Amino acid sequence: MRVRRVVGWAGEVLVTLGVLLLLFAAWQLWWTDVAADRNQAAIVQNLERGFAAAPVAPVGENGIPAAIGKNGAFAVVRIPRFGADYARPVLEGTGRPVLALGVGHYVGTAGPGQVGNFAVAGHRTTYGRPFHDVDTLADGDRVVVETAGTVYVYEVTSREIVRPWQVGVIAPVPGSPGDTPSQAVITLTSCHPKYSATERYVVHGRLVESIPRAQWVPSTWLAAPTEG
Amino acid sequence: MYAALWRHLPGPRWARALQCLLLALAVVAGCFLWVFPAVSPLLPFTDSTVGP
Repeated sequence: MRVRRVVGWAGEVLVTLGVLLLLFAAWQLWWTDVAADRNQAAIVQNLERGFAAAPVAPVGENGIPAAIGKNGAFAVVRIPRFGADYARPVLEGTGRPVLALGVGHYVGTAGPGQVGNFAVAGHRTTYGRPFHDVDTLADGDRVVVETAGTVYVYEVTSREIVRPWQVGVIAPVPGSPGDTPSQAVITLTSCHPKYSATERYVVHGRLVESIPRAQWVPSTWLAAPTEG
Repeated sequence: MYAALWRHLPGPRWARALQCLLLALAVVAGCFLWVFPAVSPLLPFTDSTVGP
């Protein structure tokens, strides 16, 4: 009788653990997206309101506004290839809590529009997955970075898949750490393959246009790419 | 385990069922709000940055 009771309890414990594991998968794959999409949309809205209202905040030596807004957000990234209404906040830092709120800017890399490498990371899956479709970006696709004073338009120039420790991709001159940059470029990093952490999908682009906010006409620059 | 729980809950059958439901909801909420966010960083599936 005793043995039967113990086995019965053990079975119930195992079934309970199984259900909790399934719950965890649901939370990670579904709920983090739901929560993050809501948060990120609110941060973008906040930023846009700030951009429209306040006088342009002074930008520090590093290209990041000295006084950054709530959550450390300072820019909005728009990628027409990901959809006409695609807009995600860019925040300073690439820690876990930051990446749950949007796209993270690698501290120490160039600011938006600056000579050097404006390097950012974003989730490929979960937490709103801002870079879910990063592998669909083709040469010439636009990556638009909106800041308080200026809108920077980058165009994709190359893609590569690297291992997580290959930090050369976010060097001022991507692939040539130590070289002095003469060009303003952008680098996006995300995980690869999806739902894995063995590699990183990396997209490079170069600055093609800097447009003062007053002269910014979204429809000219945010049209969806036709081919591809 | 669950049989023991059922035996120890007070009230008629419908009241016990209601308490079980509330308990289950509390466990799910606790997991979503505190347990899972704490566990997730220990797993590598969502790393998207390059670094040493």
